[in-house]
Amino acid sequence: MPLTVYGTELSSRLLLGTAQYPSPAILAEAVKASGAGVVTVSLRREGLDGGSGGGFWSLIRQLGVRVLPNTAGCHTVKEAVTTARMAREVFGTNWIKLEVIGHHDTLQPDVFGLVEAARILADDGFAVFPYTTEDLVVGERLIEAGCEVLMPWCAPIGSAKGPVNIDALRAYRAHFADTPLIVDAGLGRPSHAAAVMELGFDGVLLNTAVAKAGDPVMMAAAFAQAVEAGCGAFEAGPLEPRDMAVPSTPIIGKAVFS
Amino acid sequence: MRILVKGAGVAGLAAAHELAVRGADVTVIEKSAAVGGGASWLAGGMLAPYCERESAEADVIHLGRGSARWWEETLPGLVAFNGTLVVAPPRDAAELRRFAARTEGHALLSAEEIEALERDFAGRFRSGLFFASEAHLDPRKALKRLHAKLEALGVHFLFGCTETLQTFDRIVDCTGFAAAEALPELRGVRGEMLYLETREVVLSRPVRLIHPRFPVYVVPRGGGRFMVGATMVESADSGPVTARSMMELLNAAYTVHPAFGEARILEAAAGVRPAFPDNLPKIETSGDTLFINGFHRHGFLLAPALARQAADLIILNEASNEAHRERASA
Repeated sequence: MPLTVYGTELSSRLLLGTAQYPSPAILAEAVKASGAGVVTVSLRREGLDGGSGGGFWSLIRQLGVRVLPNTAGCHTVKEAVTTARMAREVFGTNWIKLEVIGHHDTLQPDVFGLVEAARILADDGFAVFPYTTEDLVVGERLIEAGCEVLMPWCAPIGSAKGPVNIDALRAYRAHFADTPLIVDAGLGRPSHAAAVMELGFDGVLLNTAVAKAGDPVMMAAAFAQAVEAGCGAFEAGPLEPRDMAVPSTPIIGKAVFS
Repeated sequence: MRILVKGAGVAGLAAAHELAVRGADVTVIEKSAAVGGGASWLAGGMLAPYCERESAEADVIHLGRGSARWWEETLPGLVAFNGTLVVAPPRDAAELRRFAARTEGHALLSAEEIEALERDFAGRFRSGLFFASEAHLDPRKALKRLHAKLEALGVHFLFGCTETLQTFDRIVDCTGFAAAEALPELRGVRGEMLYLETREVVLSRPVRLIHPRFPVYVVPRGGGRFMVGATMVESADSGPVTARSMMELLNAAYTVHPAFGEARILEAAAGVRPAFPDNLPKIETSGDTLFINGFHRHGFLLAPALARQAADLIILNEASNEAHRERASA
């Protein structure tokens, strides 16, 4: 079953960031190989000349995928809200990936500012995709603020560590059983993506792991396969691990030759 | 054969040189009042194809490998063949391994080996990468000297001028981002850089600092002057350096050596690099005009290769046309 967020059916459970690729040409190939139906674009750092033709924007538009603008690099509620409103103008979409960064160094989200900015933007008609931690109470506050999707990290942005707190992600999934959950930030390898999809997350969003790979296009395809594998495994119902061996061939009832 | 070269940046001057030495009658027009009005003036001048490969496609190596030799042959004594040193702050040590895996032509250095190369780095970095075969030059000296050499070769220069009434056999357009209207694929990538001055630190070669967002480098220019560059912002805005970029560049310089904290800021400037979607330059032909454009971060590195290709195209094409005319009249 495809993932639906804010009433829109997504063609893939993999969402891809557009920063740090060796070139826009490689970015375009990677997006194609990933099968991603949504790409995120940072307005703050790349948007000095808005939507002028010939530039990065038109290359992004030519990808033919849905654009999820983000507020990467914003440290205050005001900055994030202003950036979101600019993004709505430039891209003609009310979708916004909301980041309010608390620490310049660790890039941890400022969850207090995040909730406040989410409320302002949701009231203003935005479909807010909040980049958050795996804190359950913050997740509840974001839903109260009007978010219909939550995007917890699995490790710090760009760290490529993969899920560092599996128990917390499991609890998050159980607690928000009916909310689309997309793991955003911290994935390094396809196996990480498969692992969180196996936990029942609805999608993953990543950037650096593909953009900075030796061959971004091949890595994009590898992540696409991993997301599909993890999703299929969750739907198929994986076994729970046990401490003891269980014979895969039953002993009782076996023919006895004597 | 009369050829008009538009633009006296590194691409235009290199093309003018290759055409002039092959016997063409070359005129260069430039919209600024002197050489150095455009992006070339703000370049790092690193002839570092192996390091550039970290964030560029493989062509950057084979197009850039002969660059240092071309500059040395064209303007003897200009190029410093001292290699490139790549260092990382301790917390980004993993990035150094990634950089090493993405590139070739380097050796892994210990703290002592780094100190042996750059005395002022004693005790500062535990490991680094050394690209011994790379080189660097001072772009401003290079542009001025190439201009002087071309005048000596009989190339005519018209400054403060974008058009001319004279007629030419071919036009070679090297006007960078100004050619965006004629080249719809061309986009602008903003770059910001600083010039710092301090006598408290001496470097013999470009030092690259591993940085999570853009390659930062400090290039010694001699006389206590250092160029620190360069940001990469997807934008064709050429307005003044932003506070954030200034902060990031200064931070990087300070990380390379704390003595840069006391350096004087001599200059802070921004320019727009012309780039095609694959971030590599190419030659496009339209009627009598040949466009050489899209050098992105690689002007001084790749201009010689493209200038040679363009001269080959023009001179060989002329030769085959002449052969054709001779056959037709025979």
